[in-house]
Amino acid sequence: MIKIENISKWYGTFQVLADCSTNVDTGEVVVVCGPSGSGKSTLIKCVNGLEPVQEGAIRVKDTEVTAKKTNLTKLRSQIGMVFQHFELYPHMSVRDNLCLGQQKVLGRSREEADAKAEMLIDRVGLLPHIEKFPGQLSGGQQQRVAIGRALAMDPIAMLFDEPTSALDPEMINEVLDVMVELAQDGMTMMVVTHEMGFARKVADRVVFMDDGRIVEDRPTEQFFGNPDSERAQDFLSKILNH
Amino acid sequence: MSNFDLSVIIDNLPFLWQGLQLSLFLTLLAIIGGIILGTFLALMRLSGIAPLSLAAAGYVNLIRSVPLILVIFWFYFLVPLALGRPIGGFYSALIAFVMFEAAYYSEIIRAGIQSVRKGQVQAGQATGLSYWQIQRYIVLPQAFRNMIPILVTQGIILFQDTSLVFVVSLRDFMTVSSIVARTEGRLAEMYVFAAIVYFVICFAGSLFVRHLQKAKTT
Repeated sequence: MIKIENISKWYGTFQVLADCSTNVDTGEVVVVCGPSGSGKSTLIKCVNGLEPVQEGAIRVKDTEVTAKKTNLTKLRSQIGMVFQHFELYPHMSVRDNLCLGQQKVLGRSREEADAKAEMLIDRVGLLPHIEKFPGQLSGGQQQRVAIGRALAMDPIAMLFDEPTSALDPEMINEVLDVMVELAQDGMTMMVVTHEMGFARKVADRVVFMDDGRIVEDRPTEQFFGNPDSERAQDFLSKILNH
Repeated sequence: MSNFDLSVIIDNLPFLWQGLQLSLFLTLLAIIGGIILGTFLALMRLSGIAPLSLAAAGYVNLIRSVPLILVIFWFYFLVPLALGRPIGGFYSALIAFVMFEAAYYSEIIRAGIQSVRKGQVQAGQATGLSYWQIQRYIVLPQAFRNMIPILVTQGIILFQDTSLVFVVSLRDFMTVSSIVARTEGRLAEMYVFAAIVYFVICFAGSLFVRHLQKAKTT
């Protein structure tokens, strides 16, 4: 579904991604982890073209993301994305947050969009809050709305960019629960996160990044059982034993 | 001040009111026109398309480097030349104000647009919205909400600036006050009265701005 082939990216002279390659198959859940500044968020933002790459190629289904002539807006409408800081539209109600893309991009009628919005907000457990504005919700609730907003577009895959790292600890699980459910429903997912419990539970593979490189890319059990590289071992010992 | 005669004001109230109406009407139209044109200039400037942003930047810098009174003269004399017929003092003044204020508004609006978090744009992009849809539905509504106090402040300045239209023989509030002052020989009364009227309107405006700022921070 998602094919990343030998991509490299620079900010000026600083190289943020170096020759990264990985795949996400249909229905697969891949967790991307690594120390901060390792390029994981940049990598995931390249998948829907929010960040351009200078070398290499990315394909999503049949679309060449990195080709110049690709219609990025069409591609993006098919890939859901969830951000670290939620990025709900603060001047719109929860309902309108879920309807905007459906109506303006997919051309759905207000009735269709409304029905979809209500169904999804119910699914993330927030139906009583549907007329509220984002500022009236907790961080965990906002992120659940953001997941609903992405799902409203009927995406073929979902990208998560550190979806729980801006949350208070007590709110992390309510968001992870929604993501676990989504994974179990067979959604193709690429998730940048430090939540190793989540990775163990639902990830098919773990990609470990350091210094802009993909250092490990292995099935979840192997990664946790016996990571190859010293850097991954070091990272795991820091993140798991505290 | 023993012979300070207020009856001159009361006697001429309908005439003065006409002048004030013209000032307020011109201010209102110039604010609306200036904000609309200023929004387009700001969007051009931020579009990242070199010819558009250079054209907008050139326009803004040119207008901001000349006095308003000169712009009023330009349009009073140039627009009839371009159209081949006179359009009258009011329309030429209105065009001049809109063109002039748009330059200032565009800078305010540009700052307002830049105050919207970059993540909001990315969220819109990630949904598949186009550049113009993102501006229209996501960025501009938030930008204007942040900018309302400073837009109103600029409107107060604009209201004071409308007194310059006397140069194209328009009868705004300042002009009619002078006319009454001279024809009735009551200079002190009329100029004090004009000052009070300007003060009350502008001070009410700035109180309103303060109220808006407070409402925004709470």
